Amino acid sequence: LFFSVCVDITENELAYLECIHLFVEILDHFFSNVCELDLVFNFHKVYLILDEFILAGELQETSKRAIIERMSELEKME
Amino acid sequence: MNPFSSGTRLRDMIRAIRACKTAAEERAVVRKECADIRALINEDDPHDRHRNLAKLMFIHMLGYPTHFGQMECLKLIASPGFPEKRIGYLGLMLLLDERQEVLMLVTNSLKQDLNHSNQYVVGLALCALGNICSAEMARDLAPEVERLIQFRDPNIRKKAALCSTRIVRKVPDLAENFVNAAASLLKEKHHGVLITGVQLCYELCLINDEALEYFRKKCTEGVIKTLRDITNSAYQPEYDVAGITDPFLHIRLLRLLRVLGQGDADASDLMTDILAQVATKTESNKNAGNAVLYECVETIMAIEDTSSLRVLAINILGRFLSNRDNNIRYVALNMLMKAITFDDQAVQRHRVTILECVKDPDASIRKRALELVTLLVNENNVTQLTKELIDYLEISDEDFKEDLSAKICFIVEKFSPEKLWYIDQMLKVLCEAGKFVKDDVWHALIVVISNASELHGYTVRALYKAVLIYSEQETLVRVAVWCIGEYGDLLVNNVGMLGIEDPITVTESDAVDVIEDAITRHNSDSTTKAMALVALLKLSSRFPSISERIKDIIVKQKGSILLEMQQRAIEYNSIVDRHKNIRSSLVERMPVLDEATFNVRRAGSFPASASTGAKPSVSLPNGFEKPAVAPLVDLLDLDSDDILAAPSSSGADFLQDLLGVDLGSSSSQSGATQGPKAGTDLLLDILSIGTPSPAQNSASSIDFLSTADINNNTSNALDTLSSPVPPQIATTASTGMFDLLDGLSPSPSKEATNGPAYPSIVAYESSSLKIEFTFSKPPENPQTTNVQATFINLSPNTFTDFIFQAAVPKFLQLHLDPASSNTLPASGNGNITQNLKVTNSQHGKKSLVMRMRIGYKLDGKDVLEEGQVSNFPRGL
Repeated sequence: LFFSVCVDITENELAYLECIHLFVEILDHFFSNVCELDLVFNFHKVYLILDEFILAGELQETSKRAIIERMSELEKME
Repeated sequence: MNPFSSGTRLRDMIRAIRACKTAAEERAVVRKECADIRALINEDDPHDRHRNLAKLMFIHMLGYPTHFGQMECLKLIASPGFPEKRIGYLGLMLLLDERQEVLMLVTNSLKQDLNHSNQYVVGLALCALGNICSAEMARDLAPEVERLIQFRDPNIRKKAALCSTRIVRKVPDLAENFVNAAASLLKEKHHGVLITGVQLCYELCLINDEALEYFRKKCTEGVIKTLRDITNSAYQPEYDVAGITDPFLHIRLLRLLRVLGQGDADASDLMTDILAQVATKTESNKNAGNAVLYECVETIMAIEDTSSLRVLAINILGRFLSNRDNNIRYVALNMLMKAITFDDQAVQRHRVTILECVKDPDASIRKRALELVTLLVNENNVTQLTKELIDYLEISDEDFKEDLSAKICFIVEKFSPEKLWYIDQMLKVLCEAGKFVKDDVWHALIVVISNASELHGYTVRALYKAVLIYSEQETLVRVAVWCIGEYGDLLVNNVGMLGIEDPITVTESDAVDVIEDAITRHNSDSTTKAMALVALLKLSSRFPSISERIKDIIVKQKGSILLEMQQRAIEYNSIVDRHKNIRSSLVERMPVLDEATFNVRRAGSFPASASTGAKPSVSLPNGFEKPAVAPLVDLLDLDSDDILAAPSSSGADFLQDLLGVDLGSSSSQSGATQGPKAGTDLLLDILSIGTPSPAQNSASSIDFLSTADINNNTSNALDTLSSPVPPQIATTASTGMFDLLDGLSPSPSKEATNGPAYPSIVAYESSSLKIEFTFSKPPENPQTTNVQATFINLSPNTFTDFIFQAAVPKFLQLHLDPASSNTLPASGNGNITQNLKVTNSQHGKKSLVMRMRIGYKLDGKDVLEEGQVSNFPRGL
């Protein structure tokens, strides 16, 4: 599984490495031991998480807990 | 209704697609699904819309076209329920992008949703807006977003802040509206809102200078304090990554400080403490810490100079270099390249580590390290560094050798302290990596060799020794063959021994062996073989004792399958056989190529390097590319032939053949302005055109004409025909070639005594114009004819800007004098006369023929008439 992030040339590459780590941790927490199939069959949920994490190309929230809480609220709405 | 609760349909589709074994199967499944979806869209059933859209999104992610679903997104967005809106907005973000016009239709829905009571819906709308809004939408909805930055819910605030970053990126004018809101965000406690606020401020500073000033004055200290708090804060499990509390916030704050401090000494002063603290206290054993340190280093580099901080920064980079993690080393090498510009000394200290990186197993690190080393080279360390690099060249990978050798050559050329060292190093590079060395590099080497006359003997001996061992390096063989050819006598007689050399005995036969080997070896390419043949010719003059053997080798090449070799062999053989008397002067030592001019030419004419005269003895055909001819310029189309008068393409179409090459027009001003066009300076220089002396006549006349074409083809030929430059070229050229004719003087009336009388003809007649030609021949030259053309206006309107142009086939040469005037009064009340001189190289065999084009203005409109004159009297 590959994660591709497209960044500006002036950006700090190591920071985005950390971003990817954080994202994977969130996915892991949300899907409980995430695997690739989870991502495929639940792509809309992945997008939901992504929308809470990154917006307009910038980081939106850095706390795992906050994002997971928000996700559970959103799930209830559906 | 949750589209996925009874979502077996979506899941089934995904399963079906994943079960496909071939691409064709997958396409079939997708096509069927798309058809179903399209049918359902037409039915306009609200129940399954979200499921269809979800399926459509999946199909889109696979890469298939899904534009038919765009309107569905809009309908879903307009629905009242949250799940539908959710899918609708997601579809919007996936299937559309900001360039689509459909997006404009969403603006109204977005506006309503931004004011919705349900904050989740507001969140959705902000999300969609922030990801794909276009400039118009941004303008429309900016006030709403501005208001939402102050909303009570932190989730909305952060989304609104990021949405604003997009808005100001798209519409920089709106930046002022957001400044105050952004400043207030900086005081937030909630990390999420804080980080988005910092990003908004960063964006505003980049876009708008006043905003930058405002933030600098008001907020710098606040930012610094926030950073200090974060750095010193206690452990916060929510935000902790590898021991650092919220490294992302650290990094964003540092970036903002960078932009605030850049260019402003006061702000930079304020920051030095905190930057020093971050730089020294951050742990660097994990990536998070290194990321923070990296950002810190970047900030230190960018703000105003505090040398102690800079030293600290470069030390950090040095530490990065010895880190085992490749990412960190790469990043450090990159930064060091930037750091070199202002602190060379500090970076020099890490030279050894950097050299180690050149030998790293990872390819990108090798590349970066090599570039960095090239920047580090200066006069003091060049010998040392080159030695290390060449040592590495011997053991490096094949794919890296090319880069490495190119860089070594560059370094050596730029910084070589003395010629002997230069030649030595180049020799080593050629031995190791000869086949990667580019042409201009070894050309430069030969130029240097030929200039270093005291080193000729040493060079040729060293090359001889080298080529015996490394005969598979093509470039080495070429240089060696050239040198042995030139300086063979020095080689054999051990002339010019330097103290460091051991004496070797090389007989003439040995030298010829080397060259014969170069010719006969199976993997020599044609250039090498050709060069070797030339070298043999030179040696046949320098080594008279074995000229028989040399002649045998040359004769054997007469049967070579390469045309170039055959031709050369035959020519050289005939020189050796029959022209012994001029042979020695033919193959005298090459005149020393002036290095300065060579360097200038090389720097300025890289694409044309194949045709510079500086190429030693390798006369590869100097062709010029046939430039694309403007399709409208058919009549006077100017073909561009090879300079070496290659047999003209009989395949060219009839028109080109007939109209050939001649340029026979004049414009109303016939100023003999000298000075060739700048763009073709180099070519003209080589071919010595542009100098008015008629002595430049060595090449055949066709060559001059074709170079006139080169000039012309740089612009529309029709334009050039009426500009003063080409006539100047043509007339200069014609000065050269019309030796037999009198010179350049544009005297309208050349009164030459008439030879045998020829009847005048009507060359052209139309309803508005009549042209008559009268002929006379100067008695001394039967091939030349003076023609006087008379133009008569048959129409009732006056013609202005009257221009007559003519073209003749290749066997004729034409010269036009300027016309008597360019206004032709109406109804034959006056006329224009113009003299032409035609020279027929096939006089007696072919008669004259000419095509004409007449252009004039009639009531302000341009008119063009064309015609052909084939009724010239016989015998002209």
